[in-house]
Amino acid sequence: MAHVLLRHRDISNINQIDVYKKNGGFTAFKNAITKMKPNEVTDVVKNSGLRGRGGAGFPTGMKWAFMDSKSWPHYVVANADESEPGTFKDREIMESNPFQFLEGVAIGSYAVGANVAYIYLRGEFWQVAAFLDEKIAEMEATGYLGKNLFGTEYSLKIYTHLGAGAYICGEETALLESIEGKRGQPRVRPPFPPAVGLYGKPTVINNVETFTNVPMILANGADWYKNIGTDDSAGVKIFSLSGKVRKPGNYELPFGTTFRELIYEHGGGVQDSRKVKAIMPAGASSSLILVDHEKILDTKMDYATVRTLGADLGSASVIVIDDTVTMDWLIDKTIHFFKHESCGKCTTCREGTYWMSNLTERIHSGNGKKEDVDLLLNVAKQMQGKCLCALGEFSTMAVVTGIERFRNDFDKAVKAK
Amino acid sequence: MSKQVTLTIDGKQVTVPEGTLVADAAKMAGIDIPVFCHHPKLDPVGMCRMCLVEIGRPMRDRATGEFVMENGAPKIQFMPKLETSCTNQVSEGMVVLTQSEKATTGQKGTVEFLLTSHPLDCPICDKGGECPLQNLTMEHGPGKSRFIYDEKMHLDKMVPLGELIYLDRERCIQCARCIRFQDEVAGDAVIDFDERGRSTQIVSFSDPGFDSVFSGNTSDICPVGALTTADFRFGARPWELQAHASICTQCPVGCNTTLNTRREAKAGGDIVVKRVMPRQNEEVNEIWICDKGRFAYHYTEGKKRLTRPQVRKDKKLARASWDAATKLAAENFTQAKKNFVVLASGRLSNEDLFNLKTFSDHSSGKVYLYSHMAGGELTSLVGVGEGTNFADMGAGTTIVVVASNLYEEAPIWYLRVKQAAERGATLIVLNPRETKLDKHASYVVRYAYGDEVKSVQELGKQGKISDQFLKSENAVILYGSEGLGIPGSASLAAACAKLLNDNDFTGKPNNGLIGVWGRANDQGAWEMGFNVEADLTKAFKGKSVYIVGANPVGDDPKLAKALEGAEFVAVQDVMETATTEVADVVLPAQAFTEREGTFTSGERRVQRFYQAVPVTGDAKPDFAITSQIARHMGVILEGTSVSAVFDILSESVKSFEGLNYAKLAEVRKQWPIVGRSDVYYGGTTYENTQGMGAHLSAATTRGEKVSIPKVQKEAAPRPKENELLAVPVTKLYDRGTTVTPAELLDQRVGDLVVSLHPDAAKNLGVEAGQSVKVSFNGVNGEAAVKLDDTVPVGVALIPRSMGLAIREPVSVKVK
Repeated sequence: MAHVLLRHRDISNINQIDVYKKNGGFTAFKNAITKMKPNEVTDVVKNSGLRGRGGAGFPTGMKWAFMDSKSWPHYVVANADESEPGTFKDREIMESNPFQFLEGVAIGSYAVGANVAYIYLRGEFWQVAAFLDEKIAEMEATGYLGKNLFGTEYSLKIYTHLGAGAYICGEETALLESIEGKRGQPRVRPPFPPAVGLYGKPTVINNVETFTNVPMILANGADWYKNIGTDDSAGVKIFSLSGKVRKPGNYELPFGTTFRELIYEHGGGVQDSRKVKAIMPAGASSSLILVDHEKILDTKMDYATVRTLGADLGSASVIVIDDTVTMDWLIDKTIHFFKHESCGKCTTCREGTYWMSNLTERIHSGNGKKEDVDLLLNVAKQMQGKCLCALGEFSTMAVVTGIERFRNDFDKAVKAK
Repeated sequence: MSKQVTLTIDGKQVTVPEGTLVADAAKMAGIDIPVFCHHPKLDPVGMCRMCLVEIGRPMRDRATGEFVMENGAPKIQFMPKLETSCTNQVSEGMVVLTQSEKATTGQKGTVEFLLTSHPLDCPICDKGGECPLQNLTMEHGPGKSRFIYDEKMHLDKMVPLGELIYLDRERCIQCARCIRFQDEVAGDAVIDFDERGRSTQIVSFSDPGFDSVFSGNTSDICPVGALTTADFRFGARPWELQAHASICTQCPVGCNTTLNTRREAKAGGDIVVKRVMPRQNEEVNEIWICDKGRFAYHYTEGKKRLTRPQVRKDKKLARASWDAATKLAAENFTQAKKNFVVLASGRLSNEDLFNLKTFSDHSSGKVYLYSHMAGGELTSLVGVGEGTNFADMGAGTTIVVVASNLYEEAPIWYLRVKQAAERGATLIVLNPRETKLDKHASYVVRYAYGDEVKSVQELGKQGKISDQFLKSENAVILYGSEGLGIPGSASLAAACAKLLNDNDFTGKPNNGLIGVWGRANDQGAWEMGFNVEADLTKAFKGKSVYIVGANPVGDDPKLAKALEGAEFVAVQDVMETATTEVADVVLPAQAFTEREGTFTSGERRVQRFYQAVPVTGDAKPDFAITSQIARHMGVILEGTSVSAVFDILSESVKSFEGLNYAKLAEVRKQWPIVGRSDVYYGGTTYENTQGMGAHLSAATTRGEKVSIPKVQKEAAPRPKENELLAVPVTKLYDRGTTVTPAELLDQRVGDLVVSLHPDAAKNLGVEAGQSVKVSFNGVNGEAAVKLDDTVPVGVALIPRSMGLAIREPVSVKVK
């Protein structure tokens, strides 16, 4: 099947505007603006079953329909912070198929009545931002962005905005604070951004990959998209495969593809032909899937089925862990990351990640006792459900599932001394 | 009244206004939910996670929108997670559990997390004894720490954010109350977080550090001992302190304060004031005070206090008995007859001023208020009406501020006016130069010095701004004396009074004129019938002068000279001053901390202050001294009971009618409930138990006919070509006798600077920082040049009470 998102792999130079146009580029946008009402665009997206690709999997069309029509102006923000360890799909889209992404942002903006859209990129993506700025300028020069598009009343400006190197700014409300020039720290929700978002106005925030789906959905219809993937999870997904595999990389596959197909057919199997011990399906924020049985690898990768394994598919950054890795090491690394990235706003996460890191270090270095493992598990559980945002909540996932599912590794680590 | 919502908290039915947060609703019902980041005066942030509770809401049928019923009552659906009670608003039928096992487990968890990085150095912590974290630890904290104590982070314990406030980084729990106060309430966003995670720390990025006159309040609302004041740091333990209700005497706002005292070895076992704390009065200062009010109290304990009466013998002042000293004064005053002059200041209480006024009325002398600003007879006439409260001002009210830099002159009014503007009040700022209030104003009018009256009169004519003003429901004008002397401020007051009176903005709550006076009780003096004199130099020659609470010799060489021509000088004051040095009789008065009395604020609110410390030496209260002198002259004035003086006063002065000490001591229910020692913690501000005061009546309310004097045109001088006009401005921290004894404030007082526009400096050939000779009207001095492009080119700003005696705008030479 031809790629839906990573189309540059089928069509060379699609990051050039004339090549993109030649391959049907901007027709969906033009069609939407000139022939469809905004809510009709939203309906198509709703009917396609598209769900947010940033991790939470919230139905995209429904989010767009939540925009408060009593409060104006509306804003659209593309979340290109892509800071989850193990996730590297958005960068490839923006670098190689930028116009499809920008067209998706433009269609989304039209659907919710926004005349200004922001693309928020992590600070390290400054080159990508400069590249996107060029592409935005080309669209403006050719009449795809700017005032009175296609002779209609509708106008749109897209701006890129760089972060300053904080993981937390991938969290949507922290991202909004950052755009506003404040410290990147999450806000209390509710109110959610479609009610009170950027500068206090209704705002749609979607992931880069989510927007990139939109032009193809409008071009080919909701039913076409819905028929790809599974009932629960429509369409295609870019799986960022990493860890102990032979061929790590981005693979665009329909939802419902099995872990086995991803790892062995596309990823070339595990390095040194070792056994898969665990999978982190959603980067550092993942629960650890215990692969204690061959059948586990035959699990379909869609939101509902992965949940049956006690984990979430999230942004589908699949990290493969083989049997050379011990979980006390893995968790120590993961928690070190979360401790470093905790914004410090809420007590639970600020103190909890610090305490967990203190314990994982002790355990991994062989200075721990059995009680430390119990304490670590207890501290992680004490954090759950009490954090201000998802970062804090997710920091506990690997700890809790790691200890509960791989207790042996920890017992060995504390026995070493 | 806003819509009411009924909910159930811990089985107790509670009805509160719509929009109330769950934590506040619980407090109203007497249920304390522990909080750290939440403060009822600040926007909710939900960051400390202390106030976790279980919240259930009635289930609604999705299709019909009706409540789902169960056993005859709506079925309650609880959220799977605990929720922060500080961010959730109440809703009809809500059920809140603050003490369930789940909720308390959550709360205990947060305490434990906080304690992993908190040093628990309560035994040496200033907050110990009034600290919610300490209280919660006692209540919920486990006896043993699961976090290895030796592995706690150790951080700096004495980080100056400025010279007034110190941060203990170990104790800080990152609740951001201080940061949010400075940003949301004070409007001086000069501190913020730096770094992130466990490295998060509070830093100040202003120069000088923590550049705000409200900084002390952050130490009150800090829920741990992280922020301490340089004044009180390691000064005493809270439980050793006695609390005495008082009123701040530094400006006309009349902030309610509590003086904390204890016996001190350093003071030879005497009882001394250890700190000044805000006392809640939501109608005056809410729960805040400014740093001048908090730190400048040291003058009352100053080494230069007068303790014994003195009389001049052989050209030297020598100790005398009260009887001898007062008799000498009385003899001279009797002899003087028509040549008797009283000069008194607004530092005195209503009772003192009343006795003085009555005394001088019995003689045929003159009585003057020592002030650089006129117009008080008009604020007595059309001053703000009974029930005026800045907290009630919002949409529909217009506040005009003219010729005043409120931030420097009356900081709490600045804060309250700013908040009224944020609530939707129209704020019109008329000033000759930029002030901090400008950025909160709906309209800023910049006039040239000399055009004060004209710019006020414009508000009565047609125009965009005046239309706004004229169509408002309520209007208040605060007028000051920036760039004005006595004639200028008299004209300005008349213009303001006329504008208000012509448009029916008088005699009602939240309407009328407010004078931004130089002293705490200037308004009281005006109510008693005092008046000002534009040229005091002529007032003393050949006279017997009774100077009370004023230091003309120290303030102005010309007045010093003029006083040399006086026949006899009696000076009654708290401290030794340049004026007591030239006196024939010196009468030691008690400081306001040593006695009882009342002050009248600029908002015409009469408020009581109480004795906090024992009397110094043989000092007596001013009203009693006056009474003793009068008695020698056969005039009987009440001289024993201050409340009795007040009773007589309220019978004689119409605006005081019906008031008495009992009435002034009344308190009304206030929100927020500060709860100093509670786990629902609003700060260390004291509860008001000793009186919120009462408003004076306005002439129009009493049904009196109001006539406003004609406005004198061209009363204020203006800059002329090829000439520099020196303009007096008020600076919060000046070299006044009530400020300089607080050494802590030295840096804020600074040196005398003359502010010039860069172009003016260029014309004069002077540079920033350069020391220049300043001379005007016989006054010579040196000052450093400060360049400021908000100053008009033809003008040199000279702060009052900084060493140069400037009373009104005057042509100046700068070299």
